[in-house]
Amino acid sequence: MLIDDRMIQGIFFYIFALIAIISAIMVTVSRNTVHSVFFLILDFVSISCLFIMSGAEFLGMIMLIVYVGAVAVLFLFVVMMLNVAQQENEWFQSKKSKEQNSSHIPVGFLISTIIFFELIVVIGGWKLKPEIFSNLKPEVMSGATNTHSIGSVLYTDYIHLFQISGMILLVSMIGAIVLTYKKRVGLKRQSYIRQISREKISGVEIVTVDKNKGVKIDV
Amino acid sequence: MSLFYLETLLIETYKIIFLVLPVLTAVALIVWLDRRVWAFVQKRRGPNVVGPFGLLQSLADALKYIFKEIIIPATSNKIIFILAPIVTMTLALIAWAVIPFDENLVLADINVGILYLFAVSSLGVYGIIMGGWASNSKYPFFGSIRSAAQMVSYEVSIGVIIINVLLCVGSLNLTDIVLAQKDMWFILPLFPMFVIFFISALAETNRPPFDLPEAEAELVAGYQTEYSGMMYAMFWLGEYANILLMCALGSILFLGGWLSPIDLYPLNLIPPVAWFIIKMLFLFILFALVKAIVPRYRYDQLMKLGWKMFLPFSLIYVVLTSSFLIYFDLLPKV
Repeated sequence: MLIDDRMIQGIFFYIFALIAIISAIMVTVSRNTVHSVFFLILDFVSISCLFIMSGAEFLGMIMLIVYVGAVAVLFLFVVMMLNVAQQENEWFQSKKSKEQNSSHIPVGFLISTIIFFELIVVIGGWKLKPEIFSNLKPEVMSGATNTHSIGSVLYTDYIHLFQISGMILLVSMIGAIVLTYKKRVGLKRQSYIRQISREKISGVEIVTVDKNKGVKIDV
Repeated sequence: MSLFYLETLLIETYKIIFLVLPVLTAVALIVWLDRRVWAFVQKRRGPNVVGPFGLLQSLADALKYIFKEIIIPATSNKIIFILAPIVTMTLALIAWAVIPFDENLVLADINVGILYLFAVSSLGVYGIIMGGWASNSKYPFFGSIRSAAQMVSYEVSIGVIIINVLLCVGSLNLTDIVLAQKDMWFILPLFPMFVIFFISALAETNRPPFDLPEAEAELVAGYQTEYSGMMYAMFWLGEYANILLMCALGSILFLGGWLSPIDLYPLNLIPPVAWFIIKMLFLFILFALVKAIVPRYRYDQLMKLGWKMFLPFSLIYVVLTSSFLIYFDLLPKV
């Protein structure tokens, strides 16, 4: 049997793609919500493997760091805290859920059709007329690693888009904090500065006590 | 043609085995070293019975763990319960693939080595969350939730610290990072960052004084409470392999990796790998001393330290470093 580089690449591509698709299906199919999140993580990991295989090692690693290392941890937090796992069976088996599900079907169908047509337009256009996309492609430095080439484009040509997306994230973060923050009264907070700057004079008061009179402790 | 691939496969397997075996041996030895340092600080003797100076103590412990029964709680989620220690240990070991021990002594010299290390260490939280959740018990769950929040918070400051170093290097490759320190180790210009990195590494590996996930006074053993036998030992091994990895990362980022301090006659004779090991040992002894000396933090203090002190300070240091580099025109040329 003849094995060459393309075939090895093909084998690995199909392994990762298969894992990605199966785990993506399992995210929606599995009854336990925590299992869904774990399948989502598996999906992210295999997609980042695909990125690395196609030579985009920077994107693959960022995918791992951002999605698996941070976003999925948040998902897991929420799912575990809300304890959705225990409600799943009752909800899935009740008759109400079937009615609800059937009312959601048209919306889901619409969204998936839109996504499907978008994919057809993009891929079809790319297959029929590749030259349309050639002027969208920025000049890539020859011999540079893809970290360098992403940096040289992202911080020069697309700096405004980059800044705007950063601002949107910042605003949404501040918004989330403002919406959920409640100022509680009667909360005791520790202040290091006050603790350290406490002096002997202010901390202790020496009182001379008269005989048979006692001393009045401040109320 | 197919023979060529078989040969490559065999060579790579051989390389991997000769990387993993020393790492595991080193883990066994640093567990012993950790206990010895801890004992010496407290004026005890520590493990000194098995083998010379008690060096084989970890081996004896491992044998004990192997012959113990593995108990899986009846109400636990069995698949995830078993997967958790495996994930922890695998992640702790695969990170070693990119660590350069010498200029050409590295298993995978990839372009994004530092990002790979960062990604793998951020995945490390999953072993703990999975273990804590699958145990289906209160203490492990509290432990894993604490640990997840802690590790995610301190990762942020480690990331910003790494940006500081990368600004001075201009490459994400670990070998390049070490070679950039030929004239001056980064610990000199970036000393505050080294201190913050060290403390964040303590928090990232759940070491004292930040060992809240397994705070024995409140949570029994945190996420490890329900584990026994070899599965417990795998958590243990993974944890120490992670600590060793953080020591390696610290010596690569700040202490010049395999480079000798000065390129002079008697220091030249020591092989580069030995320098790397000496630096790692130095950092590890610091880790062990901190464990023996510093009392445990409270949880809100831990969060305050991470988000309100380390993060702003290291961000300000990024601005300082980059303005310094631009002003004196020292930015690395690509």
